[in-house]
Amino acid sequence: MISTILILGGGQAAAQAIDTLRRQGYQGRIVLVGDEPHLPYQRPPLSKKFLAGELDADRLPFKHRPYYEEHRVELELGVAAARIHRAERAVALADGRTLHYDRLLLAVGATSRILTTPGSDLPGVHYLRAIADVGPIRASLKAGARVVVIGGGYIGLETAATARQLGCAVTVLEMADRLMARVVASSVSEYYAHEHRTQGVKVICNTRVVRLEGGPRGLKVSCADGSSYEADVLVVGVGAVPNTALAAEAGLECENGIRVDRWCRTTDEHIFAAGDCTYHPSVHFEMNVRLESVDNAFEQAKSAALNLLGRATVHDRIPWFWSDQYDNKLLIVGLSQGFDQQVLRGDPAQRSFSVCYLKGRELIAVEAVNHSSDYMAARKMIAERVCPNLEKLADPHIPLKEAV
Amino acid sequence: MPKVVFIEPSGARREVDAPVGFSLMEVARQHNIAGILAQCGGACACATCHVYVAPGWYGRLDPKEEMEEGMLELALEPGPTSRLSCQVHITAKLEGLEVRVPPRQRLEEA
Repeated sequence: MISTILILGGGQAAAQAIDTLRRQGYQGRIVLVGDEPHLPYQRPPLSKKFLAGELDADRLPFKHRPYYEEHRVELELGVAAARIHRAERAVALADGRTLHYDRLLLAVGATSRILTTPGSDLPGVHYLRAIADVGPIRASLKAGARVVVIGGGYIGLETAATARQLGCAVTVLEMADRLMARVVASSVSEYYAHEHRTQGVKVICNTRVVRLEGGPRGLKVSCADGSSYEADVLVVGVGAVPNTALAAEAGLECENGIRVDRWCRTTDEHIFAAGDCTYHPSVHFEMNVRLESVDNAFEQAKSAALNLLGRATVHDRIPWFWSDQYDNKLLIVGLSQGFDQQVLRGDPAQRSFSVCYLKGRELIAVEAVNHSSDYMAARKMIAERVCPNLEKLADPHIPLKEAV
Repeated sequence: MPKVVFIEPSGARREVDAPVGFSLMEVARQHNIAGILAQCGGACACATCHVYVAPGWYGRLDPKEEMEEGMLELALEPGPTSRLSCQVHITAKLEGLEVRVPPRQRLEEA
């Protein structure tokens, strides 16, 4: 008999698990422990509309307080979990209390990777992951402020775009030879570098930051090639690391995240995990993955909730991602790892195109820039393991769904 | 504050407060309307907040942009009055707006 489900974490996965548990008719206790003092909220707007000041804080939470009251969710917010005692099926909180569970869901997310460069602890060096991070950054993004962004990935570039739109002088420093190198094709990287430069952002790739120094004129960012940049505010977006400490200390298997099986179970049958913190099998792509995405948090938490209730549900989804920069929408579906062919559809100069990835003729991923119909078609085709007709695929005048 | 009506997949009629400036999707989410998944939270990236707008209301909404058009084209079972509720913004003139939530947002749902 499951009478208490304890959820650690306060993001997308936690919110979704609660939703699924109650919609499935689970009547027992749900206790949510989150170390942030906020109701579960959406993180994507933090680098976009919320940072820009276009979205009020009350629009970030998935649900407002009355929902949690009506659905009898006990909220323990602003308190961290200190330790999992598996033998007692209990979690010790940082404030000294202990909470017992029948089933535990770890939806603990990831943390910004911290820069280790000398000077990284200077005031004015910021990370962007949580609501509390946004205020100080936003306060510094005044028109004319010099902003240096370290890292040309999603968060860095979205922050750069927002800062530029607020009138800041923005420089992006990226270590790799192109932007978003880990996640997109070079044609997409080039497109985004061009967009940022057109907007007036200085985009510098192949550069490694070696030192940060404070001074009367702000921060000085020095790079390995001898170049240096001055900044009033510095935002670091160099990736995230999964929050595995609690799980690992409790003896749960961790490897690039909390290890879970396709039923979202950790190596303890009473403990499940979902979202950014997990290292899990992708059934469709037949490999283990750790995904930092809203989609995965949502879907895995939904599956986890069903499995928590004993309704065996394999987490088997095609991942998707998006990024908003200026008026550009990048939509990605699938995983491109292991591809053997790339096909460009359309002309980047037209500001709408997509890149298709094939592996042994099968469509495995698509990156669509301002092209929602290619993206939507791809979601279906990838799930159905379609092997597209190459000639039609390369012809942007033929809808992707007809390229078979 | 305007009121809008959602017909949930079960047939239940829910009349709820819709703050001006919110999207119709946000209204649905805050009122826990069944059948609106809204995975991407309003970025027009997932097509899981699809609704059928009551015919009399459809023409009174601001027209769709190209991104929404492309998303809807391949959403599950789109109809002539389909919209993504995240792209419908509440204004005073939407008092009484009525939409129906489809039984499924995605193929995988039973």
